[in-house]
Amino acid sequence: MNVLKKKIPSYIVNAISVIAIYLIISQLVWIGVINNYYLGIIIVIGINIILSTSLNLTTGFLGQLTLGHAGFMSIGAYASALFSINANLPESIEFYFALLVGGICAAIVGILVGIPALRLRGDYLAIITLGFGEIIRVIILNLDFTGGAKGLFGIPYATNFTNVFFIMLLTIYIIWTVIDSRHGRAIKSIREDEIAAEAAGVPTTYYKLFAFTLGSFFAGIAGGLYSHYILIIDAAKFDFNRSIEILVIVVLGGMGSLTGAILAAVTLTILPEYLREFSEYRMLIYAVILIFAMIFRPKGLLGTSEFSLLKVFQFIKRKVIG
Amino acid sequence: MTKLLDVKNLSVSFGGLKAVNQFEIQIGSQELVGLIGPNGAGKTTVFNLLTGVYTPTEGSILLDGNSLIGKGSNKIVNMGVARTFQNIRLFKNLSVIDNVKIAFQSQMKYSALAAVLRLPSYWKEEKLFEEKALDLLKIFKLENFAYQKACNLPYGEQRKLEIARALATEPKLLLLDEPAAGMNPSETNELMETIRLVKEKFEIAILLIEHDMSLVMGICEKVAVLEYGSIIASGSPEQIQNDPRVIASYLGESD
Ligand SMILES: Nc1ncnc2c1ncn2[C@@H]1O[C@H](COP(=O)(O)OP(=O)(O)OP(=O)(O)O)[C@@H](O)[C@H]1O
Ligand SMILES: [Mg+2]
Repeated sequence: MNVLKKKIPSYIVNAISVIAIYLIISQLVWIGVINNYYLGIIIVIGINIILSTSLNLTTGFLGQLTLGHAGFMSIGAYASALFSINANLPESIEFYFALLVGGICAAIVGILVGIPALRLRGDYLAIITLGFGEIIRVIILNLDFTGGAKGLFGIPYATNFTNVFFIMLLTIYIIWTVIDSRHGRAIKSIREDEIAAEAAGVPTTYYKLFAFTLGSFFAGIAGGLYSHYILIIDAAKFDFNRSIEILVIVVLGGMGSLTGAILAAVTLTILPEYLREFSEYRMLIYAVILIFAMIFRPKGLLGTSEFSLLKVFQFIKRKVIG
Repeated sequence: MTKLLDVKNLSVSFGGLKAVNQFEIQIGSQELVGLIGPNGAGKTTVFNLLTGVYTPTEGSILLDGNSLIGKGSNKIVNMGVARTFQNIRLFKNLSVIDNVKIAFQSQMKYSALAAVLRLPSYWKEEKLFEEKALDLLKIFKLENFAYQKACNLPYGEQRKLEIARALATEPKLLLLDEPAAGMNPSETNELMETIRLVKEKFEIAILLIEHDMSLVMGICEKVAVLEYGSIIASGSPEQIQNDPRVIASYLGESD
């Protein structure tokens, strides 16, 4: 079967759905159904989707547990914020340069952390990223130019629904096209069996570093979006709990499923907002839901499968037309 | 005539145990050689040394005159030595065809950027290697399973898929670790026929570990016998069958 012909229909369906979602949400904002409070939640959902799809690259597809994703997010957040505060570029492009700076800084640190951790077989990455997340938090707390414990002020407001939405799309698109290529197959083969991957000619150290660095890059981008939305950042916003929150999204959505991570990011961002009414019990209920999810769907909502709109449409068509 | 593989004085120890001791073997191009020996003789360890999983404490391994010592496993694959594993190691949750396509790694060239931009090089190579993978699967009658998960294959088919994956790396030397383990006699015969065919078609040398002596005698041109990590005899199947040491220590066993 021709590879191209097989994939084109799903490309078209996905593109149309994505545009439809964007138009519907912006229309709802326009007529006032979605107020600023909801819009804020939607922006956070977008940022969480970037965080969880990028973590999924390392933890879901590569199969290496990472416990410091918030650390990379913080590097992106501070680097891009400092860039925006200090640079004097035209307003329309400054934000995008700032995001890029945030992503690149996070990626460089990713390489530095990844090289010693990923050359070894086994779960060294979990331990090293756990340590890294805490170290970076302490460093930020003790430096002057990061604002220390007071936090960093004066970040220009630049993140909005439209740019979050399209940067989120771009992130998903890039990660998905990489996964659906020879590079992605190499990454997945390492998760399946590292020794067999080597025996099949896969340069495993290279691909481990590649996936981890790309994941760190997008965590940095997410950090940049976050700092230009929240406007005041401090080290406590990127602590170990934040890393675990992102990890829970990936685990619940399905390790190695992009659509699973997206669905879980939406659910797990909205859920705590609703549970706010029971704020005393909020984290408790959250935990119980997670425990039940782990009992009944131990591989996550979708496991390693992907949700396909095209298949849904084909299913409906079969049911309706017969 | 220079040999494809030339191994001399190869040794490795685990703690106090000399698992492989002064091992020697020569394999010519397109030769089919059997490596036999009792449980724990060190056969799999020899494969692990040849493929860079373990580093030998002494000895030399030359492939076409180039040393393999100290090279990483994936480098050695690219130099032309591919293998299968005694305890099947497939990419279980990936499709059968992806298992093979992963092994085309070094032959596929398009960059990650080409994949993201879906450039013509992406489509061209994906199509070409999809077809190549299907051709390989056909040799082992696996083409109808191509898009199923590898873990759903019956046991015998999983062993065949491992051989197909190894062949995808375009080896000069293929190492098969008990490829017929767990198969019934008729499946085994069919597999041995396929192995012989593969050798002719791809013009490669094969080193085959097998527990069942009679099976090795049937298809191998040369047989080497390993015991306690050392070669105790090697030669044609007839020579081996008549070697007094082999008879004493191996054929005599009621294994
Ligand atoms: N990584 C290791 N660490 C310690 N000992 C090992 C290791 N690998 C192999 N051995 C030991 O080396 C010896 C040879 O093992 P090997 O697996 O090579 O035997 P084999 O000839 O393949 O046996 P079988 O026919 O059972 O597959 C055994 O005593 C085994 O316990
Ligand atoms: Mg063995």
